[in-house]
Amino acid sequence: MPGLNGLIAVALLYVAFLFAVAFWADRGARAGRVRWSRSALIYTLSLSIYCTAWTFYGAVGSAARSGLEFVPIYLGPTLVMVGWWWVLRKLVQVGRSMRVTSIADLVSARFGKSRALAALVTVLAVLGTTPYIALQLQSVTLSTEVFADAADPTDLNATALWVAVGLAVFTILFGTRTLDSSERHHGIVMAIAIEAVVKLAALLAVGIFVVWGLSGGVGATLDRIDASPLSDWSPSGGRWVALTMLAAAAFLTLPRMFQVLVVENTDERHLATASWAFPLYLLAMSLFVLPIAVIGLERMPAGANPDLFVLTLPLSEGREGLAIFAYLGGFSSATSMVIVAAIALATMVSNHIVLPIWLARQGGQGAMVSGDVREVLLNARRLSIIGVLALGYLYFRLSGGGAALAAIGIVSFAGMAQVLPTLLGALFWRAATRVGAAAGLMSGFVIWAWTLFLPSFGDGTVLSPSVMAEGPFGIGWLRPEALFGIEGLDPLVHSVFWSLFLNALAFFIGSILSFPRPLERAQGVAFVTIGAQGPGARGTAPGAAAAEDLLVMSQRLLGPVEAQTFFQRAAEAQGKAGYLPDVTPAFLDTLERELAGSVGAATAHAMLGQFAGQQGVSVEDLMAVADEAAQIMEYSARLEAKSVEQERTARALREANAKLTALSVQKDAFLSQISHELRTPMTSIRSFSELLREEGISGEDRVRFAGIIHDEAQRLTRLLDDLLDLSVLENGQVTLNIAEGTLGAVIDRAVAASGRVLDRLKIRRVPADEAVPVRTDLDRLAQVFINLLSNAAKYCDAEAPEVEIRVRTVAGRTVVDVVDNGSGIPPESQGMIFEKFSRLEDAQKAGGAGLGLAICREVMMRLGGAIAFLPGQGGAAFRVTLPESEALAAE
Amino acid sequence: MTERPPMQPLFLARDSYRRRRMADAARVLPIVGMVLVFLPLAWSGSGRTATTTIYLFAVWAVLILLSAVLARTLGRSDPGSDPTERPAQDGTDAGS
Repeated sequence: MPGLNGLIAVALLYVAFLFAVAFWADRGARAGRVRWSRSALIYTLSLSIYCTAWTFYGAVGSAARSGLEFVPIYLGPTLVMVGWWWVLRKLVQVGRSMRVTSIADLVSARFGKSRALAALVTVLAVLGTTPYIALQLQSVTLSTEVFADAADPTDLNATALWVAVGLAVFTILFGTRTLDSSERHHGIVMAIAIEAVVKLAALLAVGIFVVWGLSGGVGATLDRIDASPLSDWSPSGGRWVALTMLAAAAFLTLPRMFQVLVVENTDERHLATASWAFPLYLLAMSLFVLPIAVIGLERMPAGANPDLFVLTLPLSEGREGLAIFAYLGGFSSATSMVIVAAIALATMVSNHIVLPIWLARQGGQGAMVSGDVREVLLNARRLSIIGVLALGYLYFRLSGGGAALAAIGIVSFAGMAQVLPTLLGALFWRAATRVGAAAGLMSGFVIWAWTLFLPSFGDGTVLSPSVMAEGPFGIGWLRPEALFGIEGLDPLVHSVFWSLFLNALAFFIGSILSFPRPLERAQGVAFVTIGAQGPGARGTAPGAAAAEDLLVMSQRLLGPVEAQTFFQRAAEAQGKAGYLPDVTPAFLDTLERELAGSVGAATAHAMLGQFAGQQGVSVEDLMAVADEAAQIMEYSARLEAKSVEQERTARALREANAKLTALSVQKDAFLSQISHELRTPMTSIRSFSELLREEGISGEDRVRFAGIIHDEAQRLTRLLDDLLDLSVLENGQVTLNIAEGTLGAVIDRAVAASGRVLDRLKIRRVPADEAVPVRTDLDRLAQVFINLLSNAAKYCDAEAPEVEIRVRTVAGRTVVDVVDNGSGIPPESQGMIFEKFSRLEDAQKAGGAGLGLAICREVMMRLGGAIAFLPGQGGAAFRVTLPESEALAAE
Repeated sequence: MTERPPMQPLFLARDSYRRRRMADAARVLPIVGMVLVFLPLAWSGSGRTATTTIYLFAVWAVLILLSAVLARTLGRSDPGSDPTERPAQDGTDAGS
């Protein structure tokens, strides 16, 4: 016997060797030598962490208990690897292009970067992985105990504790050395590749020793199998299928498998190699399981633990070297699994639970101002690793290490398999939503916990025997191992069936009934059509994020050198020199993915969103923005209407002002005209009356002067009368004296009233035409004709002045044209003859003040008719249109 | 995503055609494998553990062999031939 001390020395030497390998690989990677450590072979070997101590020791135990039932555990992953073209290829593409850091990150990124979903998957992963870590501690402890002297029983708990501490140190040293944005750990991958070789070689060595050393060749071994109690075994259909499916599902969803399959993958083509090389590895691992079990059962004492045959069989045959080699194989299996699982869980816990809480506690200022996020993140990760191992140790202590190894493994598998419906939906179904994913995950995990996880602690530990037998509160159809009254099924098959079925159903129903948020839809398209699609969803508004601020933040997350290199490359791609690229949506998108590699998609999104002054874009946000926009539009429309109205008012005011100004000018002109008009006759009257006062004026002169004074006074009176008349007319204060008569009579009166003025004017009339009855103010109408006739008398410059009065009907109305035979009115003056005081030439000779036509126009307007200048008649011609009522009365 | 982009030629060159049929085979392989793996369930009688073991390991070996053959064809980087099956968009990838 090498003794415990020898064993520990060998184990420590082995661990030191692994440290050296990891250190060397890490240094090589930093120096850029990754060709060897990143080959397809290393990738394939790193996948071997699927084979934990559970498979190393437990597979033999499982074979000894239930025959070939260990095979489906390997066949499931084989089918997944062989079918890599379906799922794995897409998973790796998505993982690489979205810079996914863990399975929780992937689920969260796909469903709108939901932090809640990431936290949920993280909690479930911790819950599902903790028993598995406990299992590894237990196997190391048990295998160590085998070598201990019976007289000096090792304290099991102490061994487990030391193993846990050692693993924590190793994982922290090589797992959190840097915060690589791609989350790749060269040193660790290299170390687990070495361990993969060691455990395979150890198992093969034991197998070869058993088959050829103990059993006597292949043929003899097959005979022994048929002769052993295992030959009675025949596969139970349900368990066989369930185990195969479960192993396949777990292979995709176990956090540690996701870590090595997707996150640590550097080249998609490695997957093609692994698609056959890893099944080959699995085949080699399981090749000798059954012979070891059969020979162990044959040769070992009846009470021996079949889980430890791999160790105890060589030991009992005196092959201590082989036994130690086998111990190292089991040790490798356990440690590599724990290291990778701890890293994967720590990444998830720090990214999806610790950091969001820390960010929230930082408040609005966030990571931009205070503290170094990078340091926080690394510390969070270190603490998480310690926490995960502590949990595993605690579970080991609590469970007492009693249950068979294989059983715990299966419970873990079934737990993590609950992520499968969501994962597949995320990759292949665009319409899968966050609500659906949450519903599926929750229901799956609740059912798994109720039907498998809680009962796995053993009868009466967590669930009392009465609950197991009669259901909670006596509700029979909720019995943990007979849900909905389905009895007689194997508990595992029962649990896997119900949990996955209801999980998928809830996922589906939740998805089709809910409506995805915009970011979810964008991410859905990006995930499902990966490879055929450009960059993923852009959710962060560029906003006020300046390149320099972004660089400052990225330095904290990625490290100064990495961040500067990244920014420089981005600037270069944009054709700019220096470190600061333009903050384009494409750049932000790339940066977000880069950051997502460090802190997870949800957190990266939140940080960039916070930076850009916006916490992501939710439907509510969009609605609020739309509301705001609508309000602004309404407001601006109102403003516009108001300004149009104001403009209209201003225009009206301007017009009024112009009118007032014009009126004021007119008034001034009018006053000056009036004074002028009044002054002329007054001057005559004054000068002639002065002459009259002088002595020695003859009686004849006196009479003449008095006559002139009289005439001028009359003219004054007439002028004042006209002015008064016009003012009355213009102010609308005139009272019309409506009476009936004929047009002829009116004209007769006008001619008669004109009296002396018409002496030298010949008037031509057609009395028959004038027999038109009129009903109006006859005096006013006569006044119009008087004015027209006296105008003709005054201004007609013909040798034999004559005026013609024609009465006719134009467009249903009676018009009276008054036409003289003079030279008429020049065109430029025609527009203003109706204005007050407008006179052609010197009016003094005519003795009028130029008010006649203005009065005519006013009168006709009052009467409801019109007067207009009629061009083209030879002389001056005016057309008087009689009011309508007269025209009607005429008929 | 099975929709053919308009500029895609109707018929592929021989190499691309072969590659696509290999991809079809890679899709079918796990289904065939699953059927073969579940086949022992239908066998009647007990005492055939050794036979079943040999059968399962034989199926396993054949799957590995076929997968290796397919991987040689599909693992080659051949992004141009199939627009729906390009490798990931990794313009941002600084990892390796």
